[in-house]
Amino acid sequence: MKYKSQQVAYWFFALCMLLFALQIVYGFIMGFARIGMDGLHDWIPFNTARAVHTNLLVVWLLSGFMGAAYYIIPEEAQRELVSVKWAYVQLISLALVGVLAITGYHFNIWEGRKFLEIPRELDYLVVINVLLFLGIILTTLYKGKRRTTTALVLTMGLVFAALLYLPGMIWFDSQVTDSFFRWWVVHLWVEGVWELIMGGILAFLLIKLTGVDREVIEKWLYVIVGLTFLSGILGTGHHYYYIGVNKIWLIVGGVFSALEPLAFLAMALFAVYMYRKGERNHPNKIALFWTIGSAIVSFVGAGLLGFAHTLPQVNLYTHGTLITAMHGHYAFWGAYVMIVLAIISYAMPNMTGRKRHDKTNGHLAFWLSNIGMLGMVVAMGVAGVVQVYLERRLSMDFMVAQEEVKIHFVVMLLNASLFATGIGLYIYEFIKYGRPTDEALEMKKEEEPALVH
Amino acid sequence: MLSKSQARTFFFGGTVVTFLIFIGLTIYSLAPGNDQTNHLAITDDVIKGKHLWETNNCMGCHSILGEGGYYAPELTKVIDRRGAPLIKAILQSPVPWAPNGRKMVAYEMPEEEAAAMVAYLEWIGKIDLNGFDRIVSPLAKDKQ
Repeated sequence: MKYKSQQVAYWFFALCMLLFALQIVYGFIMGFARIGMDGLHDWIPFNTARAVHTNLLVVWLLSGFMGAAYYIIPEEAQRELVSVKWAYVQLISLALVGVLAITGYHFNIWEGRKFLEIPRELDYLVVINVLLFLGIILTTLYKGKRRTTTALVLTMGLVFAALLYLPGMIWFDSQVTDSFFRWWVVHLWVEGVWELIMGGILAFLLIKLTGVDREVIEKWLYVIVGLTFLSGILGTGHHYYYIGVNKIWLIVGGVFSALEPLAFLAMALFAVYMYRKGERNHPNKIALFWTIGSAIVSFVGAGLLGFAHTLPQVNLYTHGTLITAMHGHYAFWGAYVMIVLAIISYAMPNMTGRKRHDKTNGHLAFWLSNIGMLGMVVAMGVAGVVQVYLERRLSMDFMVAQEEVKIHFVVMLLNASLFATGIGLYIYEFIKYGRPTDEALEMKKEEEPALVH
Repeated sequence: MLSKSQARTFFFGGTVVTFLIFIGLTIYSLAPGNDQTNHLAITDDVIKGKHLWETNNCMGCHSILGEGGYYAPELTKVIDRRGAPLIKAILQSPVPWAPNGRKMVAYEMPEEEAAAMVAYLEWIGKIDLNGFDRIVSPLAKDKQ
């Protein structure tokens, strides 16, 4: 760690750990409800658990992206953040918005629009929070000694994410128009600008971990994010096939969303190639595992599993089924959760000065969470295929088909336990690292060359 | 071999072109001439129903137009399938509706709110969904 202000990232990462743990708890509540064990229904009905589960994911990922930006931007711009005090204000306000929103969900206070359940009043707080964050980042970059492509791509992703939140705040009388513009937020975030953020973090980590020349990595970063937007923007059409808008989206969405895996394939090849090309043998292997793992799993989860049901002819049957849940879990896990865990794994030894990066617990956390998530995704996938067949080919009633797929949720819960154990170990390691120290600043100058063998 | 400036041009150029096409297609598909939703039939009751749908987060369990929680039935054609009286009864019930043991929140809606929900679901049921409503068998009345 070169700059003291980078330490602020630690608290954003700590918020990530807290909210991630809570997200898993609500995931279990949903999983048990699906197998008929809904004893908490009177206090936490399924719609509350679901809103909390998905919104916690969004808030903690945003917290992770913001923490990553606070860690990366000073190194890229070669200067301290312009204001650490305002960064802490921003952190507290982010946590406050999250807590208020999630508490409200337990008292029927929400907007009830999938993924955008935060009530409109809190949306304004989100806007203020994000403006404050962007103000700090952009001013730091403006005053910085250096402007790199990595910082540019990461910042563009964060700025576009903020702008794209706005269409989701407009009221529409029509459910169809509402849904149309809701996807401007949700799709263009997760299959668009968030990939810029992921690409920026990935490029930073590859430069640090592999030692490959920055110019080479940043050139390919442009190609990857170029492919992302080229396919992802018009790929939004795959959400418009069957919601009551023109048939033209069947063609446009079909063609461009079929191209979307290319960006993820390029990202996976890019990461693996840079790793092989790299001459540096960085001791933080666990950060490398999460980094390369993120690029590969995002290709499978977001790319391949997305492609599996994106063509209109297939989506006609899978639209609105558990197939979507299956794809969603592996895509978010690979593309965004793993990259946030990668930057945390990379930053923690540097911020705290403690070399715990080769501990068995860290490796166990990686493998158990990945095996657990893969098992969950397979179980959900099987449930989805059975649901499609029974409900949409054999015309069974929804609830009858749900009874038939219960057993797959038992399997999913078993795998979720494995996953939770892995994440528990990751959080345990995070806690064991302790807080950032100023000694780590000195260590960076004197000892970092020794880290590179 | 591709240079960094060529890669940058590919990124910025591709982004601008595809975004402009996207805006154009958005204007085209939302133009009144291409309306598939019978937009003019949206009454105050339908709007009130949509508001109730959102403020109770019905989408957290049910799905509509194929979007939602996948925990409770798709409601796009529910009026055709189950009839307005049953829907109103469920919404007004003081006891949780629990088909096959899976519980719904007991909303105990007053008459006017239940009527607004029915108006909203009736409007939804008439939208042209490019074949989704007919292929997905439990949604289509004529396939039951």
